[in-house]
Amino acid sequence: MAEAVRIQVNGQQRDCRMGATIGDLLRELEIKTERVAVELNLEILDRNDFESRSLSQGDRVEILSFIGGGCVSGERMKKGTDRCMTTD
Amino acid sequence: MYDDRLIIAGREFKSRLWVGTGKYKDFVETKKAIEVSGADVVTVAVRRVNITDRSKENLLDYIDPKKYTILPNTAGCYTVEDAVRYARLARAAGVSDLVKLEVLGDEKTLFPDTTGLIEAAKILLKEGFIVLPYTNDDPIVAKKLVDIGCPAVMPLAAPIGSGLGIRNPYNLKIIMETVKVPIIVDAGVGTASDAALAMEYGADAVLMNTAIAGAKDPIAMAEAMKYAVHAGRLAYKAGRIPRKLYATASSPIEGML
Repeated sequence: MAEAVRIQVNGQQRDCRMGATIGDLLRELEIKTERVAVELNLEILDRNDFESRSLSQGDRVEILSFIGGGCVSGERMKKGTDRCMTTD
Repeated sequence: MYDDRLIIAGREFKSRLWVGTGKYKDFVETKKAIEVSGADVVTVAVRRVNITDRSKENLLDYIDPKKYTILPNTAGCYTVEDAVRYARLARAAGVSDLVKLEVLGDEKTLFPDTTGLIEAAKILLKEGFIVLPYTNDDPIVAKKLVDIGCPAVMPLAAPIGSGLGIRNPYNLKIIMETVKVPIIVDAGVGTASDAALAMEYGADAVLMNTAIAGAKDPIAMAEAMKYAVHAGRLAYKAGRIPRKLYATASSPIEGML
């Protein structure tokens, strides 16, 4: 692997190629760009910028999408998971 | 039939039953229940994508955003900052400017933190969001929310998921008289009669999740709710008879022997 940078994606450590963009990361994770929101170091990105925003050492990336929900309880939220489809 | 459409912020809705998409067994059941309910507005939550298991399917593969109005919520947010952040993320994820705004007060009751709610609503309205606030059955707070620009208010019937039904019908009635925007009774409905009652009182719509998803047979309950909301609305429009303490004969006395 060429020079790598270490970043955090949805709370998990991950290495990616130096100069890789948000778009590259989404492709690598096989996440379709439609209907996802991406936060880079707490800044919400415009989807038109996914290909131009490159990742740097220590970046914190959050990738979010829609899941089933009416009124999700705080406890589930705190687990930071997307397991809201389970029955109570 | 008379023209009876629900219009909020210039958007027209066919159904007066709105449903949540949480707590179902799987996406197939979610989809089926929503179809049977006839709802055209469905609420969704915004959460982290599972990056370790990409085999997981996406809710919106089952619920077509072209067919339904997707209403993202800020469920699970306990601070103004969190609620605003999640609303912005929902918009960035690209369905619309609509948001069902929740700022919760505590985990035990999940009652709204109404001061936080008003504060968050102000911020989001300024940013062009169409804010539908989940609020308490408090007429004063409802009025404040409308005054700052919310195009509808969503007072609770009872705590989220409690199934207790309408605990304070008089407050709901006062809210209906106080504010001139659509009122969507949200949360706390337990069964069909609760939904019918909310509509009979004059609510413009009812939003529920657990009452359907948590029923023994969610699909059958979805159908029951569809009819309950429809019947309640028709009864409201028809105008009920006044309550009286004593009987009034419905057969004529004249012609009796």
